[in-house]
Amino acid sequence: MKMDAEAIRAASPPRLDVAALRRDFPILAERVNGKPLVYLDNAATTQKPASVIDALDAYYRHRNSNVHRGVHTLSQRATDDYETARARIARFIGGVATEEVIYTSGTTGGLNLVAQSYARTVLRQGDDVVVSALEHHSNIVPWQLVCAQTGASLKVVPVNDAGEIEMDAYERLLGPRTKIVAFTHVSNALGTITPIDRVIRLAHEAGAIVVVDGAQAIAHVGVDVRALDCDFYAFSGHKIFGPTGTGVLYGKAAILDAMPPYQGGGDMIRSVTFEKTEYNDLPYKFEAGTPNIAGAIGFGAAIDYVERVGVGAIAAYEDELLAYATRRMEAIPGLRIIGTAAHKAAIVSFTLDGVHAHDVGTILDNEGIAVRAGHHCAMPVMERFGISGTARASFALYNTFDEIDALVAGIERVQRMFG
Amino acid sequence: MTTDLRELYQEVIFDHYKRPRNNRTLTKANRHAQGHNPLCGDQVTIYLKIEDGIIEDVTFEGSGCAIATASASMMTEALKGRRIDDVEKLFHGFHDMVTSAPDASTPSLGKLDALRGVREFPARVKCATLAWHTLQAALRAQENPVSTE
Repeated sequence: MKMDAEAIRAASPPRLDVAALRRDFPILAERVNGKPLVYLDNAATTQKPASVIDALDAYYRHRNSNVHRGVHTLSQRATDDYETARARIARFIGGVATEEVIYTSGTTGGLNLVAQSYARTVLRQGDDVVVSALEHHSNIVPWQLVCAQTGASLKVVPVNDAGEIEMDAYERLLGPRTKIVAFTHVSNALGTITPIDRVIRLAHEAGAIVVVDGAQAIAHVGVDVRALDCDFYAFSGHKIFGPTGTGVLYGKAAILDAMPPYQGGGDMIRSVTFEKTEYNDLPYKFEAGTPNIAGAIGFGAAIDYVERVGVGAIAAYEDELLAYATRRMEAIPGLRIIGTAAHKAAIVSFTLDGVHAHDVGTILDNEGIAVRAGHHCAMPVMERFGISGTARASFALYNTFDEIDALVAGIERVQRMFG
Repeated sequence: MTTDLRELYQEVIFDHYKRPRNNRTLTKANRHAQGHNPLCGDQVTIYLKIEDGIIEDVTFEGSGCAIATASASMMTEALKGRRIDDVEKLFHGFHDMVTSAPDASTPSLGKLDALRGVREFPARVKCATLAWHTLQAALRAQENPVSTE
């Protein structure tokens, strides 16, 4: 099996200069428990390149002030950078209008915005919201809340043993009652890439609008929201090398225009009297209060970084890492990969016979290897597979084949300890 | 492997993990409680049979990691025959042992000392204390037969 793995490595040399890219990420030089850090928890959050860290530093040193307010120079600089970052993100997700790019605190913030501002207004008793059995809690709970508020029902599309959406069941669930379809683009627990374009087309044929949870997809597959024709697409900055506490909700302008504001406050108004408040234009109508200005600018720098490396090259390299990791891990007796979909992105979730995921996580950490252990905020996925949790290795552009070898050696050490 | 990791995963821990003691439902229990660790979804149920202020029998059910399972197993062994008035002190002794650095005055907890390695792994303290917190909940619970609940 090692021969097979060697063959994969020889046959597909990385197209990225990974050694050079690794130098862009200062934290990768860290040592953990006396070992070089092997960071395989990228689905939880990615590390940040120096260009992003520098953008935050430069903002606080040279530009710090509030946006859309002052006539003074610093405010103008901050506003310019904040809006330039928005334009970069708008271009990155398929060349949408900047008014359709709403800054949020992250994917969760975006999904809750849609649930409370859009769904709560349109849902009635007897309506259906359709989600998949792959969803993260962030794409379940906001819909449960709004269903309880409106009397609508939550319907769940099952997944098969490989962790793929059962599309026949999805088609059967769709009907005149379906008002909203909320699906993940890539499963955070299993790595499944869902057939989101078909999901969207079928939902639109049924007259429903589609909300896509793009938290995992954004850094791993090229996202073009215009080609997808989704109505909303929510993602986070920190999962694509940007700062934590940043995110974007893309929404079609016509739908956003018709929606009431999510939160009231500064920046989202045009004029306020005690009798009547006039709301600001898009996207500001949905950005109440002083935003995460530094974070948004850092988010823009992260998008810049990804574009320089190239989304296609990143995806191709990660596919090679995934294929290599899958091949090597499949060969470990007693290891079961959870999620074996034909289309996957950068995630290997697994269980070991007789060993709890927490113990796997602790022992791997002792080797400097960071993986996630637990239910990955997707307890229904764990339930579907009859397990309480998994250990999850998730990759990014800076991971190497050697790091996967270290992971495999670490797993073998776990097995020897529990032997 | 670091010394800390060897301290955590001692042979006695593996022994209790692979062959947990008192790992069953207790039909005659007059107190019980369920605990769960929201971080990992692990669940444990503690059953107690208390007569005249004495823990006559104690069992646990549930599955968890090596640390959580061994801790629950060792706890049941440590509790059998004890007065419930002594449990609070034992709980605090155990909690201190797995959370803070020892000093000269730290008393030995007998076989439970095997879990002292947990204090070097803050992320695992909740695994070691899950059964103990659940025990406290069971002791505070109404004295009702399990079968009627």
